[in-house]
Amino acid sequence: MPLALASLLLGVADLGAQVFALSRLPRTLAVLLTGAALAIAGVVMQQLVRNRFVEPGTTGTAEGAALGLLAITLWAPGAALWLKMVVASLSAMAATALFLRLIRNLPPREVLLVPLVGIVFSGVLGALVTFIGWQTDLLQMIGIWLMTGEFSGVIAGRYELLWIAGGAAALAWAAADRFAILSLGREAAIGLGLSPEAVMRLGLVVVSVTMALVIVTVGMIPFVGLVVPNIVSRLLGDNLRATLPVTALAGAALVLACDILARLIRYPYELPVGTVLGVLGSGLFLWLLHRGPARG
Amino acid sequence: MIEVSHLHHSIGRRPILRDLSLRLPRGQITALIGPNGAGKSTLLSLIGRLVPLQQGRITLNGADIATTPSRDLSRRMAILSQHNAPGSRLRVAELVAFGRWPHSQGRPAPEDAGHVAAALEAMGLSPLAHRFLDELSGGQRQRAFIAMTLAQGAEWLLLDEPLAALDMAHARGVMAQLAALRDAGKSVVVVLHDVNHAAVWADHIVALKDGALAAEGPPAQLCTPQVLGALYDMPLQVMQVAGKPLILHHLPG
Repeated sequence: MPLALASLLLGVADLGAQVFALSRLPRTLAVLLTGAALAIAGVVMQQLVRNRFVEPGTTGTAEGAALGLLAITLWAPGAALWLKMVVASLSAMAATALFLRLIRNLPPREVLLVPLVGIVFSGVLGALVTFIGWQTDLLQMIGIWLMTGEFSGVIAGRYELLWIAGGAAALAWAAADRFAILSLGREAAIGLGLSPEAVMRLGLVVVSVTMALVIVTVGMIPFVGLVVPNIVSRLLGDNLRATLPVTALAGAALVLACDILARLIRYPYELPVGTVLGVLGSGLFLWLLHRGPARG
Repeated sequence: MIEVSHLHHSIGRRPILRDLSLRLPRGQITALIGPNGAGKSTLLSLIGRLVPLQQGRITLNGADIATTPSRDLSRRMAILSQHNAPGSRLRVAELVAFGRWPHSQGRPAPEDAGHVAAALEAMGLSPLAHRFLDELSGGQRQRAFIAMTLAQGAEWLLLDEPLAALDMAHARGVMAQLAALRDAGKSVVVVLHDVNHAAVWADHIVALKDGALAAEGPPAQLCTPQVLGALYDMPLQVMQVAGKPLILHHLPG
């Protein structure tokens, strides 16, 4: 709450009402929505692959979305924003589904294989994106999509689609028990009368739509989906119905804090929030890895 | 009654079950025994529709499991598989409450809480109800998953090696619990590694070998040096203790 107030009022002493409505409020809302949605997408991804060391940015989902965006930008540059969004979501879904297929036969005991395969897979997709971007002079756009998400361009009218990502996160909360049961394994899910495939499909939609929307509107922000769910799980456990709201809040707070930091470090200039989170998030992640699971 | 007819199953090109037909009686404890790789777990997974049927037919009280909706089946039978999630950070009570999912679909009614509490109590887990699963020992976690299966309140219980990782006291406790459920009218099918538990607690024993039915019948009839010796390909002795067969399988041949 105090963070949100700071974000709204940061900077100029006598902020006009117009600046507030056009820039500050939309920016703060965009930051909150993005943080919450990324954190939830991270949890859902981790439940789908039953591995804590992944997030949609390391499983090819983000690169898949970028690939779709690139395709529609090249073939139909004038396409409506919603169409771009749909194409990006679909290609993100395809990439994530391919990743899920790739890891299906990995031995479950080797917990680091899944994130490794994810990093290689997203690396390959990322290279493809970069290659096409290089050939077509779109590298600059790709840089924003995949590396350095930032909120400085957010004004009223340019962030509202993020509410859909918020909706996807709400959908994940409504299905929280299903995801929690799936994380116990295929066998447990079937035994309780759930179709693992249906839950997987739902998760795929939530993750892909969230990533596509975040990438289209502000660009990739790393580590939120990885660090926040891990910290929440360590403190509160995996009963998603109870923990997802906390995860969403924590994700929103983390991105907001980093955004404010990004605006202050070299004031009056701005750093991309993705860069700040890259530094902060990797530090947090190393700390998490170092602490290790409590047992086993 | 569970009726299995002409079941074939193979993984890759390796046949696991070959033309298996058998009946599992209602209202009894049936033990599935046999050497490693005999197909016991596969049979249980097929009955519990965890693995799709390749060939053959299985009916549960007359209903074909291939065509009955999974949700209906989940109210009639509960299955404990050998794959449980060691890294999960659910609390024990939360895990057991998921056993009520077939009835509550996430909206627990007051009676669901009663089932959960009873299952926790039956497995001696009430003091651990608020502990995280990844902070328990292997045996305690195994009991938590058994409790989740009990909480499902189904007429049929299918358990794949429920005694794995349990100490002697808890192993006997689980078998006594299954006997109490049988006395209350439930039907139990349990894969057992230790033939002595089968000999004492089961009403009916089904012995599998190489994917086929090797023998079946009541313990007194099955627990003989001839039948068990042929089943496990080893010489062994059988004594009678307190009116029950005691298989001395650990003595040097």
